Amino acid sequence: MEPAWIALSLSLKVAGWATLLNAVLGIGIAYALARLRFPGRNLIDALLTLPMVLPPTVLGYYLLVLLGRHGPIGAFLYERFGITLVFTFTGAVIAATIVAFPLVMKSARAAFETIDPQFEKAARVLGLSPPAVFFRVTLPLARRGILAGLLLAFARALGEFGATLMIAGSIPGRTQTLSIAVYEAVQAGQDATANVLVAIVSITCMAVLLAVGRLAPGRAPV
Amino acid sequence: MFRRLALASLACLVAMAAPIARGAGLTVSAAASLQNAFREIAIAWEARHARDRVLLNFAASGTLLQQLDKGAPVDVFASADRETMDRAQAKKLIDAAARRDFARNVLVVAVPTASSPAITSLADLRQDAVRRVAIGDPRSVPAGRHAQAALDAAGLHDAIAPKRIVAQSVRQVLDYVARGEVDAGFVYATDAAILQDRVRVAFDVPLDEPVRYSIAPVKGTANAAGARSFIDFVTGAQGREILARHGFAQP
Repeated sequence: MEPAWIALSLSLKVAGWATLLNAVLGIGIAYALARLRFPGRNLIDALLTLPMVLPPTVLGYYLLVLLGRHGPIGAFLYERFGITLVFTFTGAVIAATIVAFPLVMKSARAAFETIDPQFEKAARVLGLSPPAVFFRVTLPLARRGILAGLLLAFARALGEFGATLMIAGSIPGRTQTLSIAVYEAVQAGQDATANVLVAIVSITCMAVLLAVGRLAPGRAPV
Repeated sequence: MFRRLALASLACLVAMAAPIARGAGLTVSAAASLQNAFREIAIAWEARHARDRVLLNFAASGTLLQQLDKGAPVDVFASADRETMDRAQAKKLIDAAARRDFARNVLVVAVPTASSPAITSLADLRQDAVRRVAIGDPRSVPAGRHAQAALDAAGLHDAIAPKRIVAQSVRQVLDYVARGEVDAGFVYATDAAILQDRVRVAFDVPLDEPVRYSIAPVKGTANAAGARSFIDFVTGAQGREILARHGFAQP
């Protein structure tokens, strides 16, 4: 297989896993933040939004220090289970997940907060259990915002570069994602390879943005 | 409230418009392994040339070459090998007549200080205990290219390939070794000396030719006099003394 396609399939896998993880984590935490009242709610929201605004190098450094062979989490995982995260596919997924997380959480929280609580109350009165209310009323009502957030998260994970390079390195076929392959091709003066790679990234991201646009309010649902 | 905001915005605008650097800048693109020595050289040179400021740009030599090739406004180019400088010369990016070799270095295999496997030769890297070996990207990092050549010459290319962790510069290799994320890495002796408390030199890598550093003015530089003066300084008594203190040998 061409190196460009190897990098593309790897990027899609990393972004896919990151999006899947964020679908669970992001929606769950967003729901908790939108519905529960507890002290420090805004602090947690700010903390969880941090990956979106922090420089990728800062994030990469945090991850390297925490998950590295001598880091508190990394050392524990290595000694207990023999798991290494640095320079692995899992490491790349973790970096992409954290970077893309705020996009899901923010849009899901906004979507949950705009739902009229009357619908949920009505469902309760009509005898639905709380989980059933969530899955059959709340989630369907919030689906546009959540889907848009997930698509943006996918695009962001696809383009993730800085933190990934720091924690996962650049191993062809294992951690060398599209954006890292672009960087390496440019550094090595291989403009032809770089041209193919940037075309692939640009087209993929454009497609995602068009899909997000279709989810905007006031348009036909997808 | 609004007036305060407007005032603050105005102050920000003024700050943003201030020039970034004053004086005639001299931009020096230097190999990553020269970081510590060239920082010191730049300060010493600036002390003599009060009006000129040195702007240092460090990266792998191959990366610096690509920047030059794409038209980066650089005045002096210092590469960690002759091959990259040869390529710059072939592309007519540098003033070949003023090109000089100015230092020599030794390629070594560095290991974390606390590392247990006994590694004393390239063949030892085949051991199962050595799971990851960091090496600069041979396409852009001279130390990586030298290391790859040494591995190929020793017939170890295939044995080491699955353990390779490719880094963007020799200093990234050093960082990986120091953090214990890899079991061994190819760096220069001068790099290993910086982090003596965290890495140790396992052995010197045998090379066909010693690693020689080249320096040259960039063709068409706006500050030709400054470039010449800086290169004279690097190759002069004071520059040699600073380089020697950082572990570089004379060419």
